[in-house]
Amino acid sequence: MTGLGKSLRWPVLILAIIALAVLPTSLKSYGVYILTLWAVYVIAGMGLNLTVGYAGQISLGQAAFLGIGAYTAGLMAKLGFSYLLIVPASASICFLVGLGLGFPALRVQHHYLAFATLGFNMLCFLVFRNEEWLTGGTFGMNDIARPVLFGWHFSRAADFYQLTFGITVVLAVLMALLLRSPWGRAFAALRDNPIRAESVGISTTFYTLMAFAIGAAYAGVAGALFAPLVGFIEPASFTVTNSLAMLLMVIVGGQGRFFGPALGAVIVVLLPEWLRFAADWYLAVFGFMIVVMMVWMPGGLLSLADRWKRP
Amino acid sequence: MTGLLDVTDIHKSYGAIRAVDGVSFNVAAGEILGVIGPNGSGKTTLFNTILGQVAPSSGKVLFEGEDITGLPPLRLARRGIGRTFQSLQVFGKLSVRDNLIAAGQEFLDTPARRLFSKPDAGLGQRADEMIALFKLGHVAKLAAGSLSYGQQKLVDIAMAFIPAPRLVLLDEPCAGVNPALIEDLLALLLQLNSQQGGSFIVIEHNMDFIMRLCGRVMCMAQGAILAIGPGEAIRANPAVLEAYLGD
Repeated sequence: MTGLGKSLRWPVLILAIIALAVLPTSLKSYGVYILTLWAVYVIAGMGLNLTVGYAGQISLGQAAFLGIGAYTAGLMAKLGFSYLLIVPASASICFLVGLGLGFPALRVQHHYLAFATLGFNMLCFLVFRNEEWLTGGTFGMNDIARPVLFGWHFSRAADFYQLTFGITVVLAVLMALLLRSPWGRAFAALRDNPIRAESVGISTTFYTLMAFAIGAAYAGVAGALFAPLVGFIEPASFTVTNSLAMLLMVIVGGQGRFFGPALGAVIVVLLPEWLRFAADWYLAVFGFMIVVMMVWMPGGLLSLADRWKRP
Repeated sequence: MTGLLDVTDIHKSYGAIRAVDGVSFNVAAGEILGVIGPNGSGKTTLFNTILGQVAPSSGKVLFEGEDITGLPPLRLARRGIGRTFQSLQVFGKLSVRDNLIAAGQEFLDTPARRLFSKPDAGLGQRADEMIALFKLGHVAKLAAGSLSYGQQKLVDIAMAFIPAPRLVLLDEPCAGVNPALIEDLLALLLQLNSQQGGSFIVIEHNMDFIMRLCGRVMCMAQGAILAIGPGEAIRANPAVLEAYLGD
């Protein structure tokens, strides 16, 4: 980055955060809903970016964690728990389950690991669908209330967006601190060269498990926000297709790049909405655009910056 | 005799092939031992059995008197044994400076403390010293994977020395490195040996490099030790001449 680019980085970032925080005032309720959905997917995408982009582990199970977080939130909300407990509980449960999903990654890599995580997603989907006593099965779980925190009701779409966006910013800061710490360097070492990592004392076991667990915890928080956003959750929201969409976000944005998931979520969540003018063709146009993007920018949209920097 | 490293009767077989066949030797503290031999003589397999990359079929490896036979690389690294690889093994997307810090950070503090420690894990100065020593200052901020082969080789070697290990095993450090860099590398290794008192075992085909660096040289052929002793004696050994050096 040039000196000018570096000096502009913080002001641009702060302005972007302020603009995104006040954006709902100029949007209708559906627009605010889509924007909140974008923020939810940014959180889940940040977690997946840690697992896939920074630590180099493939995962096709992120939607399962989104589901575990959402159902945990739904159940706890119905039992009358405060969101101050619900969000940490969703994150913690997903952290522990993510830790468990990390174990196959210690044995297998690449497409074998992809299928192991895909199997995990299918397993979770079956639990969401079949354990009706707990999840409501195919009927789903409805009337999930929006949070009330310190007497403040986040029932209005704009208020709930601002809460979600605030949590997104806080989690982004935490992720940035994690990646700047020696742990971030160890995750990158694990991704770049696990054999060398072991030879310099980096425990690939520990960091693989942490990459999955922390990535899952982020999806858990996203799920805890997704449930009150939509108010109704059902197993179809947490299928392998949704996991693929989240992986697409990370890859299209730029895996292993900090702002990759935010940009990727714009493409995956917002772009189909903007293409609705194409009526029945909008998904075909979307698919074609993704193909073109992947062919020309396999490193994701943020890799464009590197191309411009090259002489 | 108990040295820094005592290797006793190491065997490693792959089916009927005896890759390492009853190798015994020791390395004293501060010593540099060279390992030579024709391709396929079992040098790298011997390294890998010592370093826990592959489990030996039988035999024993003692480090500072403690049995380390078959311990995984992670635990050996934490006991003070470093290595470099025959092929390039750097963290390609990390900068040169981050490669060096990554090579030392795990030896400091607990994982929880590392999470909250300074981004450079307190190793920034040490990394900068090694960067200066290896003359990598002009590429310190570049991704290691973008450097030339010779520069990556230097990064690879510098990484092994960051945690100040007591024993480093270097596998063909001169392979693919230009003659000028080889001279620098020789001077560096001698400097690190005299300053840090580290012991090295060096596999290398460059005989001039081996003779100038190593106090003793071990020649292997067909998985076994053909001869071990001072460099000049090995160079004049008829069996070594026949099996490896030629006329």
